[in-house]
Amino acid sequence: MVKLEETQLPGVGVRHDFDGRFGKRVGVITHRDGRREIFVARRDDPDACAQSIVLSDEEAEAVADLLGGSTITRHMNTLTQDIEGLAMDWVPLAEGTPFAGHPLGDTQMRTRTGTSIVAVMRGGQAIPAPGPEFGLEAGDTVVVVGTPGGVVRAARLLGGEG
Amino acid sequence: MSLGQLFLEIGAVILALAFVGRAAGRLGITPIPLYLLAGIALGAVLHLGDGPEEFIHVGAEIGAVLLLFTLGLEYTSQELRDNLRANRQVGLLDLALNFTPGAVAGLLLGFPPLGAVLLGGVTYLTSSGIASKVLSDLGRLGNRETPVVLAVCVLEDVAMAVYLPVVAALLIGGTVAAVGVNLVVALDAFVLAFFLALRYGHVLSRVVNVRNNETLLLSVFGLVLVVAGVADLLRVSAAIGAFLVGIALSGEVADRTRGLIEPLRDLFAAVFFVFFGLQLDLGSVPGVLLPAAGLAVVTSVTKFVTGWWGAARAGVQTRGRFRAGATLIPRGEFSILIAGLGLSLVPTLGPLAAVYVLLTAIIGPLLARFDGQLAPLLDRRLREARTG
Repeated sequence: MVKLEETQLPGVGVRHDFDGRFGKRVGVITHRDGRREIFVARRDDPDACAQSIVLSDEEAEAVADLLGGSTITRHMNTLTQDIEGLAMDWVPLAEGTPFAGHPLGDTQMRTRTGTSIVAVMRGGQAIPAPGPEFGLEAGDTVVVVGTPGGVVRAARLLGGEG
Repeated sequence: MSLGQLFLEIGAVILALAFVGRAAGRLGITPIPLYLLAGIALGAVLHLGDGPEEFIHVGAEIGAVLLLFTLGLEYTSQELRDNLRANRQVGLLDLALNFTPGAVAGLLLGFPPLGAVLLGGVTYLTSSGIASKVLSDLGRLGNRETPVVLAVCVLEDVAMAVYLPVVAALLIGGTVAAVGVNLVVALDAFVLAFFLALRYGHVLSRVVNVRNNETLLLSVFGLVLVVAGVADLLRVSAAIGAFLVGIALSGEVADRTRGLIEPLRDLFAAVFFVFFGLQLDLGSVPGVLLPAAGLAVVTSVTKFVTGWWGAARAGVQTRGRFRAGATLIPRGEFSILIAGLGLSLVPTLGPLAAVYVLLTAIIGPLLARFDGQLAPLLDRRLREARTG
């Protein structure tokens, strides 16, 4: 796990940086106008930047993509396209969901909709294959797999329109 | 005076500024001191008619108001609060080290006490404009010492927001009772407005935030001028009213406003520096050269120590400490603004502040630029002194 440090730069934006495994400090400054600045510290003077690259919003997204930011999603997309008749969806649990604070088993997802919950995303982390005793919270995103109709029913169920 | 002549003269002045700005860009320094010089040169060489003089005067006042408005816009109230909590010590050291030399020098030069307080303000305030420009031009926003530099600038701006209304009230003068009343009214108005800005800023932001850019510009500019006018009538100083409007506007509307108002601010701020230069009496400059140079040297050292110590507390190494110290040296727009307040009280304050700002605005960025060469020297000196 990379230890990210967040520092406010008043009047400029926010800086996130970490000490890279290869001996240099690396970070990103998010400017207020949406520009991103990637910088890397100097080896002889770790407090200073050796180089920085300023990226526009779209460029930053493209770079994140190249660094593997969306490989997961891409994998998933190819997966759904590959298997005929199988659909997958990310269902966010809104504030009003009846299942907040309940274990996952309470949803009876498979019995009611014929879909399976394969993972829960929480705080940017994926929890794969959660058991029936896993406690759901509002704000989670539930990843369901099943027939297209089943996935729609699952989304309704989690939204409280079961 | 005919319209043609008025346009000619104003146009010539602004064009001259454009040339000066280009020269500054070439040299890699901030144009502020050069604008001052341009103003001084204009005053010495050309004699503008009454029409342009009038325009430049009003423009300068608008420039001062917009400078403070955009300053208030820069900071969210959350940032101000966090900073006050986290960096109190550096802020206090900064105040003690950099306000004192100016105040003492003022007394030594035989200024009245209030004049000394004004000179203290002149030497205290780092130019956050120049500092942030140096940081971004040299690609140092990601450096470890940068948050310290920015924090010091923020705290100074907060201190100034309290200082200006007090000084403005004192400048009105009169009997002791009248001064007391003025002071209480000014401070109360300020505290109330500050509280309202922090508390109900989001409401104002929502009301002002119209989709159309043109309407937004008109609403914000109008609002700033109205509040500045009311503040001036209440004797709080117009600029502070504008500062509070800036604090109150936050979020999306602040971001959009910044983009719209910046060109206006740049234009009028340039006019402001020219006006200050125009007002200077060249005959008084030789007399203030020596004190200004002395002050510049002393307060460059004290600022340097402030930055050095702040960066050291943040765990930064020698070179970074050097950079932090050097970046804080330049004084600029607000020192000129404070000196401008006291021109009627102490006429020599004007030329003194102008020469002083010129010197520090040149010393600071140059030192900051050559950290790689200079920091090791200083480091060795310090080590020798310790072992010596």
